[in-house]
Amino acid sequence: MSTTKNGQEISMSRPSVGEAGRTGDWRNDRPVMDATKCLAVKQGRLTCQICWVYCPDGCIAQGIGPVIDLAYCKGCGICAQECPAGAISMEPEADHGTCAIDAATAEEAGR
Amino acid sequence: MSAPESACAAALATASMEVMTGNDAAATAAKLARVQVIAAYPITPQSPVVEQLSAWVESGELPAEFVTVESEHSALTVCIAASTVGARTFTATSANGLAYMTEQVWWAAGARLPIVMCIANRAMAAPWNVLNDQQDSMSVRDAGWVQLYCRDNQEILDTTLQAYRIAERLHVPVMVCYDGFLLSHTMMPVSVPDAAVIDAWLPKYDHPLTVVDPADPRNIGPVVIADPRADASGEGHGGYMEIRAQLHGALLEVLDVIPKVDSEYGAAVGRQWGGLLWEHMLDDAEVVLVAAGSLGTQLTVAAEKLREEGVKAGVLGIRAYRPFPVAALRGKLAGRKLALVYDKALAYGYEGPICSDLRGCLLGTPDAPAVFGAVCGLGGRDVPVDQLAGAARRALADAEAGLRVRETDWINLHLEG
Repeated sequence: MSTTKNGQEISMSRPSVGEAGRTGDWRNDRPVMDATKCLAVKQGRLTCQICWVYCPDGCIAQGIGPVIDLAYCKGCGICAQECPAGAISMEPEADHGTCAIDAATAEEAGR
Repeated sequence: MSAPESACAAALATASMEVMTGNDAAATAAKLARVQVIAAYPITPQSPVVEQLSAWVESGELPAEFVTVESEHSALTVCIAASTVGARTFTATSANGLAYMTEQVWWAAGARLPIVMCIANRAMAAPWNVLNDQQDSMSVRDAGWVQLYCRDNQEILDTTLQAYRIAERLHVPVMVCYDGFLLSHTMMPVSVPDAAVIDAWLPKYDHPLTVVDPADPRNIGPVVIADPRADASGEGHGGYMEIRAQLHGALLEVLDVIPKVDSEYGAAVGRQWGGLLWEHMLDDAEVVLVAAGSLGTQLTVAAEKLREEGVKAGVLGIRAYRPFPVAALRGKLAGRKLALVYDKALAYGYEGPICSDLRGCLLGTPDAPAVFGAVCGLGGRDVPVDQLAGAARRALADAEAGLRVRETDWINLHLEG
């Protein structure tokens, strides 16, 4: 942990990955992308990216195709709703066994 | 009002004397402060403030952005946004308008934005009433704003200018409160300082706490958790309590800054107003009449009447109600027989707010006077001087009979007949 004095007079931070905290294990459904349907993948160029535009938590990175960071995804399903190609589907976490928590999240949750 | 010996004679010489209402005095001060963004929604008795400012913006006399909005909530929100990026902002409201913006009143303080807002004090509905009391601003006394109460139109102009200097020095918002109609719509001579004098005294605001830089972007006002934590880059950040404790600390610092700014204003402009408190015939007073706003001016007449009857009465006026000037009040009231607080507001189910605060701050201090409360003037009810004096006579009789606690006295109330 930082030893910086907690002296900031207002709530203000630098936008950065993880600034709003990791999602933890409460997500019900996760987005799963079928790359064969993704327009960017099919055309082999940086196109569409509508999921990246719409993700309210900014946890989708642009790409061919875009990459969803499940450590921060809340499972809202907006990307699945907005994808014009139907490439993203929401699947129950239970179908993926125990929640896919990475090592850092597991450590944080166990504090 | 007193002119310090070092009063800037040149400033007084270049000032112009005009006859104006309290609302015009507030608008004139905002113009002299060269506010950059104004947003307000009209409500009686505040409306003429923003009508005047919008006319000046329209004519080009005041080069500011005037944002018309659909509600008081949006009015203060516009000021919050503008202040966040470093603009000098102004708004004004009354009563139900203030209540409607209450959520953002708290936001402005917690976000440490030096917004100045004039309150033309008016009664809260129901029943509907547009006349004066101080229930509106008293109801948000705990929101983290500085609250200054004015006695006359000159003090409104001077205090609004001082408010910017106080606000911007410590990054706290300031309410300048003045009695609706009694001051807002009453014409008085007001000395208007020359713009160059105020420009020199109140330089441009250029040091917001927020960082607004596209090359180094920030999340402004993100949610904070209960405990302090390191952000994603490892930098330490306070939790809610750390940020709130600093707001409280800044308000306590304001207790030093208000008298300083008042005296700096006196040196530059030639008038000062007593800082936190003002007094009238207080030196040898045994019975101290306490109030905020124009009611205090009426009390000076009541005190003079009581003096004629042989009662050693004096007046202690509250200019700064928030932060509450605890040390100054203790100093002024130690050794007196009685402090009678006249509130134009009520904490329903308890008593007048100033009365509670004063009794609390004197409790357990050596030589504390008895503190009694009187409620008066709600919803514009007339406050005749002889009735103010009568309340003081009743309170003195109670104190001399040995009472230390007493029910609130209601002045000029007619429940029967």
